Amino acid sequence: MNLQIIEKRNIFFIISSIVILIGIVMMMISGLNFGIDFTGGTHIQIDLGETIPVKEIREITDEFDKNADVIHAGDERNQVIIKTAKSLNSDERIEVFNQFKEKYNLEADEPMMSEQFGPSIGKEIRNKALLAIVIATIGMLIYITFRFEFKFGISAILALIHDILIALAVYAIFKLPVNSSFVAAMLTIVGYSINDTIVVFDRIRENQKLFKKTEYNKLIDTSVSQTIVRSINTSFTTLLAIACLYIFGVEAIKDFALPLIVGVVVGTYSSIFIASPVWYLLKVKAK
Amino acid sequence: MNGKKLIIFLLIVSLVVLGGYIAANGLNLGKYEIEPVRESINLGLDLEGGVYVVLEAQTDATGDELNQKMQEAKSIIDQRVNGLGVTEPNIVIESDNRIRVELPGLKNTQEALDMIGKTAELQFIDSEGNIIVTGKNVEESEPMYIENQVTGKKEAAVSLNFDSEGAELFREGTERAMAKPVGDGRIISIVLDGKEISAPAVSSVINNGEASIEGGFDIEYATELATLIRAGALPVEMEEVQASVIGPTLGLTSLDKSIYAGIIGIILIFIFMLLFYRIPGLVSVIALSIYIMMVLFTMVSLKATLTLPGIAGLILSIGMAVDANVVIFERVKEEIRAGKSLRSSVDSGFKKALSTVLDANITTLIAGIVLFSFGTGPIKGFAVTLIIGIIASMITAVVVTRLLLKLFIGMNITKNTKLFVA
Repeated sequence: MNLQIIEKRNIFFIISSIVILIGIVMMMISGLNFGIDFTGGTHIQIDLGETIPVKEIREITDEFDKNADVIHAGDERNQVIIKTAKSLNSDERIEVFNQFKEKYNLEADEPMMSEQFGPSIGKEIRNKALLAIVIATIGMLIYITFRFEFKFGISAILALIHDILIALAVYAIFKLPVNSSFVAAMLTIVGYSINDTIVVFDRIRENQKLFKKTEYNKLIDTSVSQTIVRSINTSFTTLLAIACLYIFGVEAIKDFALPLIVGVVVGTYSSIFIASPVWYLLKVKAK
Repeated sequence: MNGKKLIIFLLIVSLVVLGGYIAANGLNLGKYEIEPVRESINLGLDLEGGVYVVLEAQTDATGDELNQKMQEAKSIIDQRVNGLGVTEPNIVIESDNRIRVELPGLKNTQEALDMIGKTAELQFIDSEGNIIVTGKNVEESEPMYIENQVTGKKEAAVSLNFDSEGAELFREGTERAMAKPVGDGRIISIVLDGKEISAPAVSSVINNGEASIEGGFDIEYATELATLIRAGALPVEMEEVQASVIGPTLGLTSLDKSIYAGIIGIILIFIFMLLFYRIPGLVSVIALSIYIMMVLFTMVSLKATLTLPGIAGLILSIGMAVDANVVIFERVKEEIRAGKSLRSSVDSGFKKALSTVLDANITTLIAGIVLFSFGTGPIKGFAVTLIIGIIASMITAVVVTRLLLKLFIGMNITKNTKLFVA
């Protein structure tokens, strides 16, 4: 196989830019669907045993918060998830449940789950997650600089940012909840993408002695061609595992598996078509 | 054909199968019993169901003063939680002024939440509104039954024993009450968190430091009350800033479905590896099985908690373990294509792949360690499984896969490189 990545690099850059742009536009139009752990608020999930129309459910929830989100969940859509931006305290949460219990003769004594996050906590969780990711990125940059060179590090991190932006676009387009599992999904994508990129860079590093200084494009094309079977096989096997989670998992897992599927595909794409061309530009521009 | 190496190989395979069986079903050898992993692994609240609440101290205190108050509050909450009979409660102080209480597997969660957050300030107040003595001076407090003076029926109550200071204060208080004429002036109210729970009239001076609280409550309430009083009042008011109650059914469904999904995913990966890489594929299936057991064993022995984000970390690390094998096999293939013999292809392939595998894994490991140190809650859960997974993945890829592949070639079953290069 002999790929010509460098020659066609602008095509890849344009494709990625378009997807990221769509994502940004979507984010600006409809915003991200922040979960309560990021914004503060209440989340109550109740098993009603039958599918009750949202309108009927609102008769109860409006008493507590007129802007509550009401979503159906479960295999047979028998459960209802109520999300309010207002932080309902434990007495109020019991009150919500008891009204449902009374109206629909529920047998359970408690909701399936209920969660409450104070508004300040949400901000704190978000900031801490961001800080952790930034420090982790710097740590990886230092290691790559030490083991490879600074320009490899920068290219790898740019590819990472590319992946995160595209994953964010997916969250905006599909209105997936941005909550603590979102953080785990982002981390997984970052971890996967960096791993993938390193394998390609490692081959470039190894092949460097075989090519002249002026032949960066040949060096990269050869290295990517040599590693592409591995890149595809690895992402395929990882996708198998995640796809199973998506198909057989529960709601919370599904919300988490979808961005991962996108993340793995994008991570593989970026390590082949983005990271190396960026490195090429950095190298050629420096001269 | 080398019989000795074949026997070793088959032995390893049967050990892996046995290990897998024990991990799934447990083992009972009379005296020694190994629990299945499903039972022995520590499950997070999101998987097992249960309740957690984060309480924030409402105080202006800082530094050592705050620290001391928080420690005090924590130990009081510890005692209250012990009264609930939860198996593995987890109570930690977070970011200086918060306490996180995790109660896995708890059924009646709301009651627990109410009890944990209660200030539990017990006061004895005389008819003029003076505080005679408070819960601080209570040494012992037990639920008991006493006979109702009027109806003769047995009723639940709480017995109290004051310490010497409390006994003295109580004696003085009852003395003052007795000095008053019979009537409302002799009443001492017992108040918990500002709510009067009973208001007995004093009939004699009490100087032995014993008292009881009656209020027509049932034995459960008496038990709860006794626990609250024994543990004492929180030194500072705590406000619930975060709470989560996950019903056990939701938790278990998540776990069972995740396990099911995981097993199918792994089987599909195995099938793919066998089809694509043939003999090395078979070797990687064995190595990956060892890898999975290694991760589970480490999780159990470190008592690490498995959460939903933790499962994500596991998937990532399985992906990376497979990747390490794929990187190696692709390298070995290249060597074979370059015309080398099987044996030297495996040797040089491994050598060349080693730095790739190490660099890729260490980079991700750095991310894992940073996330573990700086992250909280779900991020930590993710980081733990990721770190364990990456280390196990490096060991299996570099040591186990290599050993097995060499062993297999040593058996001289086939020199057909086609079985290695698909």
